[in-house]
Amino acid sequence: MNRATIDAWVGVFVAAGFAALLFLALKVGNLASFSGSETYQVQAKFANIGGLKIRAPIKSAGVVVGRVSEVRFDNETYEAIVTLNLDTQFRFPRDTAAKILTSGLLGEQYVGLDAGGDGVMLKQGDRLRLTQSAVVLENLISQFLFSKAAEDKDAKDKK
Amino acid sequence: MTEGSEAGGLRRLFERLGAAVTARIWRLGFASRFFGYMLLHSGTALRRFHLTIREIYFAGVLSLIIILVSGMFVGMVLALQGYETLQRYGSSEALGVLVALSLVRELGPVVAGLLFASRAGSAITAEIGLMKATEQIAAMEMMAVDPIARVVAPRFWAGVISMPLLAALFSAMGIFGGYLVGVKLIGVDEGAFWSQMQASVDLREDILNGVIKSAVFGVAVTWIAVFEGYDAQPTAEGVSSATTRTVVTSSLAILALDFMLTALMFTGGNAR
Repeated sequence: MNRATIDAWVGVFVAAGFAALLFLALKVGNLASFSGSETYQVQAKFANIGGLKIRAPIKSAGVVVGRVSEVRFDNETYEAIVTLNLDTQFRFPRDTAAKILTSGLLGEQYVGLDAGGDGVMLKQGDRLRLTQSAVVLENLISQFLFSKAAEDKDAKDKK
Repeated sequence: MTEGSEAGGLRRLFERLGAAVTARIWRLGFASRFFGYMLLHSGTALRRFHLTIREIYFAGVLSLIIILVSGMFVGMVLALQGYETLQRYGSSEALGVLVALSLVRELGPVVAGLLFASRAGSAITAEIGLMKATEQIAAMEMMAVDPIARVVAPRFWAGVISMPLLAALFSAMGIFGGYLVGVKLIGVDEGAFWSQMQASVDLREDILNGVIKSAVFGVAVTWIAVFEGYDAQPTAEGVSSATTRTVVTSSLAILALDFMLTALMFTGGNAR
C-alpha cells in the first residue's frame, strides 16, 4: 500500500475520532442544546419546582407538547419562574393550569398542563396564572406525621 | 537427614523466589530506561512524521472495525440491562445517563484499551520481535540507524495518538447503540434520554477525564508492547511468549491503572 492511501485512511480515522469527541462534547455533554420545530414561550411561576430540570418534558394528557427551556429565581416574590417552550402545533387556552408532576415514584419531574375553557389561546410571552408546585416528599411526610400526632392527641383528650 | 533436605528445599524455594523478584525488578528497570531512551529519541518519529502515520494506519485504522462493532454491542447490552433494572424503580428515563456515564467514564477507555492491547499491542510486539529474530534490528544498528528511533518510537507515538481517538469512537458508538435499543426498540422517551444525559454528563468531569484515561492506557499499552517486542528472545517461541506477555501485562496494567485513575478522578465532592 502506498503512502497516499495510508495518509488518506489515517486522515479518515483521525477525522472520525475527532468527530466522535465532538459528538460526546456537544450531544452527550452539556455544551449545546438542540431544538427541533417551531416553538412559543410561556412563563409560569411556581412556589417550589422540586427537581425540575431544564429540557424536562411538558406533557398534556400524557403527550409531550414541549420542553422546559429556562428556570430562574424571582428575587421579589421568591418564586421560581419556569419558561415553557411549547410546540406551535399545540395551542392551549389562556386559563391553562401548570403542575409539576413526577413520573413514577422516583422518576424524573415534568410539567403537566391541564387545558382550561377560555376562548382566547396562549401566545408568545404569556404567563400562566394557575400553577401547582412540586410535591416535596419531606413536606408530605412531616404533614402526615403532624396530622397523625394531632389525631392521637384528640383521641387521648376524648378519653 | 529429612531436616537437612527440608531446609535445602526451603532454601531453593527462597532462592527461586528471590531470583524471580530480582528478574522482575531488573526488567522493570530496563523497561523504564527503555522508555526514557525512547522518549529522548522520538525526534525522528515526529520529524519524519510519515513513519508515525504509517503506524497509525496499522494500530488505529485497522482496529476501527473491532472497536466500532464492539462499542455498538456494548452500548446495546448496557441499554437492555440498564432498562431492565431502571424500570423497576420507575426511572427508565435515566437510561441515557446510565449508558453515557458508564461508557464515557469507564467502559469506553477500558474496553477500547483491552481491545487495542489484543489487536494492536500484540501485533506491535510480534512485529518488533520478528524483526529482532530475523536480525533486521541488528542490521539497522550495523548501518548506524538507531532502531529505537526508526522502529520503536513511531509505533509508540502511533499508539498514544490512536488510543484516545479509538476510545472516543467506542463511547460514541456505544451511546448510539444504547440509543437504538433504548429509544427505538424499547421506547424510552427520546427527549428524556438525551436531556437527562446532557444534564448529568459533565464536559470536564466526565468526558475530559475519560480522554485522559484513554491517553494513559495508550501510553501503557504501547510501551509494554514495544518493550516486550524489543526484549523478546529472538526465537519463534520467544516471540510467541512475548506476544502473550504483552496481552496479559497490558490488560492487567489497564485494569490496575483504571482503578488508580478512577480513585484519583471521581472521588471526593464529585462522587455521584
